[in-house]
Amino acid sequence: MAKKVALLQGNEACAHGAIYAGAKFFGGYPITPSTEVAEVLSNELPKVGGKFIQMEDEIGAMAAVIGGALAGSKAITATSGPGVSLKQELIGYACIAEIPCVIINVMRGGPSTGMPTGPGQSDVMQARWGTHGDHAAIALAPASCQEIFSETVRAFNLAEKYRMPVQVVYDEIVGHMRERIVFPEPGELEVVERIAPTVEPKDYKPYDASKGDVPPLAAFGSEYRFHVTGLNKAADGFPTTKAELVDAEERRQIRKVEANAADIESNEEYLTEDAEVVILAYGSTARSARYAVNELRKEGVKAGLFRPITLWPFPEKRVAALAQQAKAIVVPELNLGQMILEVERVIKGNATLAGVNRVDGEPINPGQIMNKVKEVM
Amino acid sequence: MAYDYEKSIRPGKLPHIWCPGCGHGIVMKGLIRAMDTCGLEKNNTALVSGIGCASRLPGYMDYCTLHTAHGRAAAFATGVKMAKPEMTVICVGGDGDGTAIGGNHFIHACRRNIDMTYVIMNNSIYGMTGGQFSPCTPTGAKASTTPYGNPDPTFDISKLAIGAGATFVARTTAFHATQIDKLIAEGIQHKGMAVIEVLDDCPTTYGRRNKFRSVVDMMKRLKDIAVPVAAAAKMTAEQLEGKVLTGVLYKEDKPEYCEQYAKVIAKAQGA
Repeated sequence: MAKKVALLQGNEACAHGAIYAGAKFFGGYPITPSTEVAEVLSNELPKVGGKFIQMEDEIGAMAAVIGGALAGSKAITATSGPGVSLKQELIGYACIAEIPCVIINVMRGGPSTGMPTGPGQSDVMQARWGTHGDHAAIALAPASCQEIFSETVRAFNLAEKYRMPVQVVYDEIVGHMRERIVFPEPGELEVVERIAPTVEPKDYKPYDASKGDVPPLAAFGSEYRFHVTGLNKAADGFPTTKAELVDAEERRQIRKVEANAADIESNEEYLTEDAEVVILAYGSTARSARYAVNELRKEGVKAGLFRPITLWPFPEKRVAALAQQAKAIVVPELNLGQMILEVERVIKGNATLAGVNRVDGEPINPGQIMNKVKEVM
Repeated sequence: MAYDYEKSIRPGKLPHIWCPGCGHGIVMKGLIRAMDTCGLEKNNTALVSGIGCASRLPGYMDYCTLHTAHGRAAAFATGVKMAKPEMTVICVGGDGDGTAIGGNHFIHACRRNIDMTYVIMNNSIYGMTGGQFSPCTPTGAKASTTPYGNPDPTFDISKLAIGAGATFVARTTAFHATQIDKLIAEGIQHKGMAVIEVLDDCPTTYGRRNKFRSVVDMMKRLKDIAVPVAAAAKMTAEQLEGKVLTGVLYKEDKPEYCEQYAKVIAKAQGA
């Protein structure tokens, strides 16, 4: 039988991806340009016995998502820049308490209210450093409607596998564009389930890392009873200020991502094998960059595209290697230079580095990228 | 016969952090008796709190316990309850946590009439951060951030809860220890949002600044200001000046949130 196909907006694809991944709980608060994710989930979740709740504000939405996740549901929220800012404290809570959940951020211009219907890529550092304290972060940046579907599924998988919040960040252009989607069959994409504890209930410790950096998480309302707090805690979940325990706990939570970077990372490379200039771009900007690469090749310029799909953890090793090979790296992004700082940090001066930036609500077009490439070559 | 509190206490987690004379322990004992009266199953009951002295309570109790961020208890609890409506969900916390930073979540949990019980320990002050004024600090009172006397008007938590749509609202005080468990038990048994306000005392950061010479003075004040609803009905406005009504202040039957959402699911699934 032919697969189901549809013409969907990126945001709609996101909602269907969440259902495919087994999402059973959505808590949110309306904000443009992310609202279609909520609208579609309000329609789809009850069909599969899931719950949709529109909360009183963004903070309440994030709180409800964590509560729903703790009660055993795969949980998701969708928002945009200012909404993510409001959610940050509780994203940090989900980090320290190690509660799996997915946060969709459809990026618009900003700061503050900015351009609610204009695209931006200016939350990429917010996805990494938005909340307070030291913690690891996972953020995925799809560039097409089909990929929003599959990356949303992967976000749930990573959240459940590594027991932490995972963000999916894409700009308004990808969120609102319509493309043909081929729905994967059940079983076609991997769907990861939470690792449940197997110990006797009386022996359960929610942060017992003696068997690995990701301890199993029981659900409230199961046979396991435990304590959850946002305070630094010992293996049993109860607060501690004991220096060695706090230190070990913080480092473990960062290590569980760093040590598994190879499993978490996903990148696309296009004509980079012999590239003398590498364009590093993500989201909708990468689509313009790919076009620019093709045009430049026609003109005899050895250009290639490196597209990080996983923004965080940042693909340090591969970007550093590309800088050894290429003469220049060009980073187009819909902000005034955020991810380029990360590129600068890892390439250590081994290639000429230049940015192409816009914050006027217009997409970066291939011509702009081509001009910059010619300028630096 | 003496009540066996130990069966509800988590082994090894006492002593608690509360100061001598603090009323929170009295409320906790009342809560334990109420939960036992209702026969709550430990594995199927979530105790949720925000931040502050009162919010440390769940850690001492042998249930599924969730100590969240400042003010967010009702919102976390809403997520737990929605995801698992079969669970009994009880929120506990202080007045600042519940009605200042958490005010929005509190009123909307009331509005939804979601089936949870919210026990607010109202000691009129931010205790854990050292005695700053809260929305429940009496006007004119001294706090560490009102050195000239509190200029702010004061919230009436119970009225706020009734106005926002809670379908069971009751009030008592830490002095009236035996009434605490009766009201909380009634709240737990009520289907819908139940708010139990317990007027509480903080000798360390409130009493000390406001000329209460001892904990006994603070308790005596709680005893003196409380007027049972039935008695108040026979009193004049003049006699009620400065008094606080106690007992069940409001009760009604209205559709409960999770039951309403179950109908949404049934409709979506074509029932």
